[in-house]
Amino acid sequence: MVIEVRDLVKVYDGTTAVDRLSFTAARGEILGLLGPNGAGKTTAIQTLLGIIEPTAGSIRVFGQDIRTHRQSILQRTNFSSAYVSLPQNLCVMDNLRVFAGIYCVDNWREKATGLLRLFEIDRLATRKTGQLSSGESTRLHLCKALLNDPELLLLDEPTASLDPDIADKVRKLLRRIQRERGITILYTSHNMREIEEICDRVIFLHHGRKIAEGPPREVIARFNQQSLEQVFIRIARDGELQEAEKKPAS
Amino acid sequence: MNLRRINALLLRYLLLYRQSWTRVMEIFFWPVMDLLVWGFLTNYLINVGAGSVPAMVTFLIGSMIFWDLLYRAQQGVTISFLEDVWARNLLNIFVAPVTITEFLVATFALGIIKVLVNGLVLALLAWALYAFNIFQLGFTLIPFVLSLMLMGWAMGMATVALIMRWGHAAEALAWGIPFLVQPLSAVFYPVSVLPQWLQPVAWALPCTYVFEGMREVLRSGQVPWEMFWWSLGLNVVYLAASALFFRYLFGVVRVRGLLGKLGAE
Repeated sequence: MVIEVRDLVKVYDGTTAVDRLSFTAARGEILGLLGPNGAGKTTAIQTLLGIIEPTAGSIRVFGQDIRTHRQSILQRTNFSSAYVSLPQNLCVMDNLRVFAGIYCVDNWREKATGLLRLFEIDRLATRKTGQLSSGESTRLHLCKALLNDPELLLLDEPTASLDPDIADKVRKLLRRIQRERGITILYTSHNMREIEEICDRVIFLHHGRKIAEGPPREVIARFNQQSLEQVFIRIARDGELQEAEKKPAS
Repeated sequence: MNLRRINALLLRYLLLYRQSWTRVMEIFFWPVMDLLVWGFLTNYLINVGAGSVPAMVTFLIGSMIFWDLLYRAQQGVTISFLEDVWARNLLNIFVAPVTITEFLVATFALGIIKVLVNGLVLALLAWALYAFNIFQLGFTLIPFVLSLMLMGWAMGMATVALIMRWGHAAEALAWGIPFLVQPLSAVFYPVSVLPQWLQPVAWALPCTYVFEGMREVLRSGQVPWEMFWWSLGLNVVYLAASALFFRYLFGVVRVRGLLGKLGAE
């Protein structure tokens, strides 16, 4: 297993953000972490990245404990989020150069150029990052996230600011890269159609607790709904799995 | 500690200056303005005093230059951190395999570069405009500047820890903390000017020994080495305390999940 989370608990000032969360992710799997705002997705991801200290439970990535092997785990991992940016006044290539250095990537120029070409933004190499459109900027973030050939990629709403065309291209590209390189991807999004399309398996969180888990089609069937979006709405409105599962299909 | 990562972080900060003339101007603008004010004040005091004011009043220019070096060393640490906060790049850095030590060493290195560039420019200007030669301090210049840099780093680390813990509300500390110690560290006047009860506080600050030492060299030509050793010893204590403070608050920040909030706001 690439990720093994066991009984993860995170409590902030008496509020439980993540409540006894356990899950695993296998090599080459795309796992969707879903839930309404405040469900605990971001806390779970940041705990996986070692920037939040869990209250209880254990996290093992690549078979190593994140608390004791954070640096070696992060060397094999990367992250991209719609809520973080790259320095706006550096040009695209300079940003990739800096992060290639941070991840100790050899042949950085070759690698960066290849990724820019892959994401069809190679013409922007010398442009300031602040001058990119949100779609171009998202694709640059993904280039940064793939610089170190990660075995694990954590993507927090990576297509949040993209138009449908670019979002579709990005999803297809991610799928292709994941297949070719066998990367494990932990993916969060509020776009349920996207999740259905890209994820092998999903985990629904609500108030920090895991209330459903499985391949998208299975989860949809279990909740007697037509789509993952309907499952999402039902979970967000009804809350607990037990209550939701008790309700007969309409 | 990985030198490649430190170089990459340092490069990131240096590239900012290559890409932004306003940042370059900011480094020089305030120090040069300060130098002009203190330089003209010094000239005025000498002229008005007409012999009654000793020529060593030029130490005011030296004090101003030394104060700026201390300030730049502190800013090297704090502003580098804030640049990542403002750019919403902090998470990218802290979810990379960068250790806190590597991050801090990169900011210290930037502090050294800022101190050297600023020091040289101010020294040349002071010599050209006011015939004040900071190099008359001779070899004592090196340990004095080193001591100021160490204190700047200690203050910078503590400031960054406070900003991480209290977020944007604490940003003003990046500029405020050095000025909190300025009145007590006898920059422009001797410690003896301070009220009796405040003097032990002044002597507890490493930079006080540097400013007093500099005045001593200009007055008598003698190098008060004991001042430097006191300063160095106190700096070791301050750096250790600041590192422990940083480590403690970084732990609090991880428990409270504040880094993610600061990095994405």
